[in-house]
Amino acid sequence: MSDKPKLAMYWSASCGGCEISVLNIHEHILTVDEVFDVAFFPCIADFKVHHVESYPDGYIDVCLWNGAVRNSEGEHMAHLLRQKSKFMVAYGSCAYEGCIPALSNLTSKEATFNTVYFDNPSIDNPNKVLPTESVQVTEGELTLPTFWNTVKSLDQVIDVDYYLPGCPPEPPQIWAVLQVIVGALLEGKPLPPKGSLVGHSGVAVCEECPLEKSEKTITKFFRPYEIVPEPGVCLLEQGIVCNGPATVGGCGALCPQVGMGCRGCYGPLPGVEDQGGKMLSAIASVIGAGEAGMDEHEIERQIEAVVDTIVDPAGTFYRFSMAHSLLERAKVNGKGE
Amino acid sequence: MSENFEPVIVGFLCNWCSYRAADLAGTARLKYAPNMRPIRVMCSGRVDPQFVLKALRNGADGVMIAGCHPGECHYVSGNIKALRRFVLLKKMLRQLGVEEERVQLVWASASEGIILAEKVDKMTAEVRALGPLNWNKTVLGGNGHPVVKAEPVAEEV
Ligand code: SF4
Ligand code: SF4
Ligand code: SF4
Ligand code: FES
Repeated sequence: MSDKPKLAMYWSASCGGCEISVLNIHEHILTVDEVFDVAFFPCIADFKVHHVESYPDGYIDVCLWNGAVRNSEGEHMAHLLRQKSKFMVAYGSCAYEGCIPALSNLTSKEATFNTVYFDNPSIDNPNKVLPTESVQVTEGELTLPTFWNTVKSLDQVIDVDYYLPGCPPEPPQIWAVLQVIVGALLEGKPLPPKGSLVGHSGVAVCEECPLEKSEKTITKFFRPYEIVPEPGVCLLEQGIVCNGPATVGGCGALCPQVGMGCRGCYGPLPGVEDQGGKMLSAIASVIGAGEAGMDEHEIERQIEAVVDTIVDPAGTFYRFSMAHSLLERAKVNGKGE
Repeated sequence: MSENFEPVIVGFLCNWCSYRAADLAGTARLKYAPNMRPIRVMCSGRVDPQFVLKALRNGADGVMIAGCHPGECHYVSGNIKALRRFVLLKKMLRQLGVEEERVQLVWASASEGIILAEKVDKMTAEVRALGPLNWNKTVLGGNGHPVVKAEPVAEEV
């Protein structure tokens, strides 16, 4: 290999969308190719783990890691790549804060297995076969990684240098971040401090959203299929759950502009510890129930009626940030992990 | 549950009603459960759901939010705000496996020292019956992480 800086990208519990998002920077990918040698990138090039093992420590300049960590293989690879990389980037929401995989922290490993291997309508498993960690065949022992009860973000397993939010990150943000890294590697330009969240706007999605807000309150929440949103009007004020107030921007409010409430994929605003808690406050503030002078119990009853129309508060408010939430997971059958 | 378990209840008491009610209970030398650790807030509407979650994560067995009766809030409707959040929080905490009795919202005016004392007694008994919460150990298996957070840097990109 040449003496160009080395780039790696690896996936763990993820959907593959983050890999695609890197290619989504269009012609800039040619610059990436010009600047870097790819040292490990299973999605696009044939590298094996033993190649990585053979590298000296710190050989890889930048490792983009996408995916949450939910089994022993992910954990092992995270430690290996950390050791071999100068800069470890938690790339995308799964790596940064758990994302969709971490929603299974609301249930147990057993329940997840039951759904995946027995109960899903598309499953035909009459012998109730479940994956086992080890099986003896004539050629020897075959093993599978240990599946954890709790999904973790990358920084709950190894030390992370930078975080790039988004599910997946948006191309202009990816390119901007790559430029900063390239500038540092080739021209010695300064890097943001270790631990920085990069590639976002620092303000709420609401501030990037052109829809009109009017401080209206509502008495019913709608699921997306139940309503055709009125164009130009804030979705939250139409009763469509929108995580815009509790989510940091950088995407340019892509979703609300096409009538879909922000799902919250860029994660919490700076200074917010728990995106779900913040979102809960924002949603509660648009509930129009409880007039002055009303009986205490009647007020509560009215509020409950509105809250009942929010089907899955935990899954909605922590859709992307469950692993980074204050409670991290649910208590199931009196325990967790 | 262990006879000796004394629940720790974090109480967020509004300055104008419930904190005064607690004060009154004290000066009147009412005897009630010493398990609630009061934290004074200006209004029950100031209680961010994150405060509640943080208390539960960091070792509290229960959280009490106490404010003025509806219609009597010093800031007009802070307590109704608190109630809206509380109803939604209760629903969310159910999904997270936190028993209902562990997070309670009560109204107590400045003259209701006795009522506040009774509510604290009642909640203490309920949480004692549930046993310790001990989130870090019981739920996160002792390897709960120190709350890690990316240091946000506003990128002008
Ligand atoms: S962050 Fe989103 S796009 Fe990226 S791997 Fe996770 S689910 Fe897929
Ligand atoms: S709540 Fe959603 S729709 Fe309303 S302004 Fe904010 S981002 Fe836009
Ligand atoms: S609007 Fe929300 S969900 Fe959509 S891309 Fe932006 S941050 Fe993600
Ligand atoms: S001042 Fe007491 S609840 Fe608002």
